[in-house]
Amino acid sequence: MANPATLGATGAAMDASRGQMSSDHHRGPRPKKALSRRNIMLYGVLIVVSLYYLLPLYVMIVTSLKGMPEIRMGNVFGPPLEVTFEPWAKAWSQACTGINCDGLSRGFFNSVQILIPSVLMSIAVASVSGYALSMWKFRGSEVFFTILLMGAFIPYQVMIYPVVLLLRNMGLFGSLSGLVLVHTVFGMPILVLLFRNYFASLPVELFKAARVDGAGFWQIFFRIMAPMSLPIFVVAMILQVTGIWNDFLFGVIYTRPDQYPMTVQLNNIVNSVQGVKEYNVNMAATLLTGLVPLTVYFVSGKLFVRGIAAGAVKG
Amino acid sequence: MAVAEDAGSTGHRAAASSGAKRPSRLLRNPMSKIALVPMIAIALVVFLGGTVWTIVYSFTDSGLLPRLDWAGLEQYDRLWSTRKWIVSIQNLALYGFASMIGTLVIGFTLAALLDRKIRFEGVFRSIFLYPFALSFIVTGLVWQWILNPQFGVQGIVRGWGWESFSFDPLNNPNIVMWGLLIAGLWQGTGLVMCIMLAGLRGIDEDIWKASRVDGIPVWKTYIRVIIPMMRPVFVTALVLIASGIVKLYDLVVAQTGGGPGISSEVPAKYVMSAMFGSQNLGQGFAASSMMLLSVVIILIPWAYLEFGGKKRG
Amino acid sequence: MNDMSQTATGNPSVSIQDLDLSFGAVKVLQGLNLDIAEGEFLVLLGSSGCGKSTLLNCIAGLLDVSDGQIWIKGKNVTWAEPSDRGIGMVFQSYALYPQMTVKGNLSFGLKNARVPKDEIERRVARAAEVLQIEPLLDRKPGALSGGQRQRVAIGRALVRDVDVFLFDEPLSNLDAKLRADLRVELKRLHNQLQNTMIYVTHDQVEAMTLADRIAIMKGGEIMQLGSPDEIYNRPRNRYVADFIGSPSMNFMDGHLENGVFSTDELRMPMDGYEFTARQPGGPAILGIRPEHVVTGELVSGAPVQHEVTVDLVEPMGSDTLVWAKLGEQIFRIRMDGQSRVKPGETMVIGLDPSRASLFDAGTEDRL
Repeated sequence: MANPATLGATGAAMDASRGQMSSDHHRGPRPKKALSRRNIMLYGVLIVVSLYYLLPLYVMIVTSLKGMPEIRMGNVFGPPLEVTFEPWAKAWSQACTGINCDGLSRGFFNSVQILIPSVLMSIAVASVSGYALSMWKFRGSEVFFTILLMGAFIPYQVMIYPVVLLLRNMGLFGSLSGLVLVHTVFGMPILVLLFRNYFASLPVELFKAARVDGAGFWQIFFRIMAPMSLPIFVVAMILQVTGIWNDFLFGVIYTRPDQYPMTVQLNNIVNSVQGVKEYNVNMAATLLTGLVPLTVYFVSGKLFVRGIAAGAVKG
Repeated sequence: MAVAEDAGSTGHRAAASSGAKRPSRLLRNPMSKIALVPMIAIALVVFLGGTVWTIVYSFTDSGLLPRLDWAGLEQYDRLWSTRKWIVSIQNLALYGFASMIGTLVIGFTLAALLDRKIRFEGVFRSIFLYPFALSFIVTGLVWQWILNPQFGVQGIVRGWGWESFSFDPLNNPNIVMWGLLIAGLWQGTGLVMCIMLAGLRGIDEDIWKASRVDGIPVWKTYIRVIIPMMRPVFVTALVLIASGIVKLYDLVVAQTGGGPGISSEVPAKYVMSAMFGSQNLGQGFAASSMMLLSVVIILIPWAYLEFGGKKRG
Repeated sequence: MNDMSQTATGNPSVSIQDLDLSFGAVKVLQGLNLDIAEGEFLVLLGSSGCGKSTLLNCIAGLLDVSDGQIWIKGKNVTWAEPSDRGIGMVFQSYALYPQMTVKGNLSFGLKNARVPKDEIERRVARAAEVLQIEPLLDRKPGALSGGQRQRVAIGRALVRDVDVFLFDEPLSNLDAKLRADLRVELKRLHNQLQNTMIYVTHDQVEAMTLADRIAIMKGGEIMQLGSPDEIYNRPRNRYVADFIGSPSMNFMDGHLENGVFSTDELRMPMDGYEFTARQPGGPAILGIRPEHVVTGELVSGAPVQHEVTVDLVEPMGSDTLVWAKLGEQIFRIRMDGQSRVKPGETMVIGLDPSRASLFDAGTEDRL
């Protein structure tokens, strides 16, 4: 491997070298061979590793486009000889779990119904909390925040049952609003951290100026801080959309079977023991479930990275 | 609103003599405190309260419903004499150790490769990170399919003529954890790569210039200079990986269902089946308390390094 | 140092009484007393961490005090909201609301105070006129230069129609030339408006040029409160003497007896020096500003003469700084910019006791 400086220069040099072969005689030979071998190794390794990472996506796609007879004959990696969208249609509307045969569509709409209020509510509560924690500190506020942060490290299994009891007492156990509440609660540590750190990075003088201008708690939040913080709201949204969409544990515990989110529905379809295994339908279903977070991921690009980095490095 | 209330209390203050007390802390900017009530309630009731509740009830003989019939350490005795739990712990230890090493090594190597000012860095990064956007269920199911003995990797290699080739982690209890590990690494390394890359980008360019002037080979610079400088990043990554490993559940459910037999059971799954499957709440509480304990054992040295270190600096 | 508050004349506009502020165990301000007269321009001067900004924030109500009282315009505002204190504040980073136009920035506070619309229009127009920012009213802060932003920030204080303006290092983010221009403008603005202004800075040039009175702070206490002239010529203690003036004052350890200051090298009868107390004596420190040392033909007129060896010469154009040795002591001398001296030369300097300062070696207070 070469030094960054060398590599940057090499790229340009390689482009120019073809036209400059004659002048090389005067300057002595360039050490380009060794460098390009390094480059070949570097890119070679990266490409091979990329293939490993891309393989499952490829397998999902090709399998979901094959018919069952072709699958039984071929292997998972072979491209489809005859492309069919039958498995997709079946996965969406007919695939059976142990209980019903509505396909994934039911899970999809359940997930949407869970996702939207959960994302909105968790971000609303967390952004206000983060704002209050960073700008309106009072004695003890940091203690509560520390307890909240520790919640991020406690295995969910420890808190699952007490939450069941709490929800039962509130009459929300097994309902969608109960699950929304659970997602809000367990999204808090990371989101509050995210917002608190972001608001703390805004110039404190802005807050002081607004106080002198007579703005109160909500006015400063809505008129000054929130409009400045669009990127962090987007980051939080990406974090929550993927996180809540991908959730399995809470969905399986806190909802009834007819309200299972897509991940639970998917697992029940694929791992149901009844009937013949239809691998193409299974893969179509898997791909369908992964489509929402994948879309979010590829559309959001850098913001997604920023979200996980912010959540991870500071956590 | 906050302003009006405080102005009111001010008027009262202005009239008071110099010895008068300040307004109550609670009443100053009351809105900022009201806004924090949800967070405080969550922290205290769910996180703190829930944890304490579970630990307390792990010392009872709760079955279908929680009840406060003290049973001492009986649940823990039973837990540690249950083969399924022992297997779970062993599996988690194996998976945890391998995944920690694997994730750190792969994550750092990929980050270092990407940090060599290469072209298409964004494309490579997107490819390495996209699995992280997927749920464990999706990951587990797709790897279940790739590792299918008949049509997957084993079938293909046999099809090439190597009839005796055997790689069937999903049906072989001895290597099933490695099958999970392949999927886990596929999903989780991208995140660590991102953290490592951020760490590498935070290192002063002049370090590289200096090592180049000194004629130190690149690999040696990484091992002797860069990695020691990135100690905090490694610690963060380690804590992150560790806290993820303890939660390992969805992947197992989707990919192996704990099988074959009980050979890929993990503690989180044990807790779930004790609580919601076999209606043995006490066992579930005891098992989850043990999970908490393991997290605490991981976190305390980290907290010491992080916060003890700051005081020294 | 509680007696300092008495220097203010008339009914004070801002009065700070026995102010204490501590963060945990750290005392940031202690027992602070300060009266600021109506229309006075007071500068709080000190190095970073001396508590000057903290004091300003306390006056603004942005920090809760631990003890003591703050009165503005005869009203106890110790616990009032910042917006209810009758103050306007200008910050170092301007702190303009980035997503509002200049006009929005100027009117935000007035809208919060539910000032009628036409009144808002009138005040914004007046402030814009005073500060000559009318063409900028519809722009966003991001489209303004540093100087324009700071003008808008001043305007935001101006529209509030308050008696007391607080400035927290308002010029520190500007480049040198702009800073000098805005400094003059601020002075002009004060002359025009005649408001009380409290101005925090670490820049002694700003302090000397703008202030009616300067309060020099250190460690949460006021070291000296007085007019720029007083502070420069009669520093109350060694810290103030050292802090004010650039290059800083020369200090010599010695002994004072019967009105004569002497070291191993130097004997200096302090004729013409105004002692604060009668017949002080004992170990003392003599302070002489580099610009109060005379050289060349003027030496013969000076009460005390002494020979020094030139060690280093720093020509700076307008004047020349000479680092000389008086015995073993390094001695800075400010000479004319066209002086031609070379290292190694010896020269005779003249000192004037009436322009020097004497400090007690123990307490470092002025003698």
